[in-house]
Amino acid sequence: MAGNEPSARPRAPHLQVYKWGPAMTVSILHRISGDGLAIVGACLFLWWLGALAAGPDAYAAFVACVWHDPDAGTFHQITNILGKIILVGLTWAFFQHLFSGLRHFVLDTGAGYELKTNKLWSIVVIAAGVFATAATWLYIFKEALNG
Amino acid sequence: MGNGTHLGKVRGLGSSGHGAQHWLQQRLTALGNILLVGFLFVSLIRLPLGDHAAVLRWASNPTVALALILMLVSVFWHLRLGLTVLIEDYVHGEATRLFAIVLLNFYAIGGGAYGIFAIVRIALAPLSVAPGGM
Repeated sequence: MAGNEPSARPRAPHLQVYKWGPAMTVSILHRISGDGLAIVGACLFLWWLGALAAGPDAYAAFVACVWHDPDAGTFHQITNILGKIILVGLTWAFFQHLFSGLRHFVLDTGAGYELKTNKLWSIVVIAAGVFATAATWLYIFKEALNG
Repeated sequence: MGNGTHLGKVRGLGSSGHGAQHWLQQRLTALGNILLVGFLFVSLIRLPLGDHAAVLRWASNPTVALALILMLVSVFWHLRLGLTVLIEDYVHGEATRLFAIVLLNFYAIGGGAYGIFAIVRIALAPLSVAPGGM
């Protein structure tokens, strides 16, 4: 790439020269989870809200498509599985973005930039996101099994 | 694209002088999201989501309806800021970028309005009559 730049202005080295670390991972995960929530999460929420407002039939159609259809054809069998994958993904994105956002609030105060501290809290944020997602869905399936 | 050079500023591609505002609005809506999306999350976990009548009763409660409207404002404002940065980072070319920003604004304002209107319909629907389809 060097030499082919349209401008002679100095640029940051390309990403691949850095050794990949937890802080970089948590940074890109913040963007991925945020954009996932902003596009997939917001659209799914609006669809749900619109169906709720439109009445019992529209709401039942939403539930049959996304969650469970008692007499599912092939199409709904597929969308039911996709729906659950998307919902688990959105749960993870919610927690990841929440915990990572809280980390940003701390960083905004000027704290937590020491290398070891920064690495530690980056790892904690990623682990907490996965843990909270697992805990949420264990709770949901436990409730579903109990009635 | 214009790193704040004079030419870049003239073209509107460099520092527009609104960086601090963007930053502050992102933090303020983030705080709103913590409270309001947190409320939604706990509600969704506890609600019998397959039961339309029960969910409708919950959403038509004035306090819940107000919280949901505030949440939509906070969320769609926040996502507009976040997706703007995404577009600025990854979409190159003046025309394409402008088109993407316009599309994003349609999505953010239209989506927020659609959601708020749905909640108003639910909250103001007569209790005895089930809200009709639209």
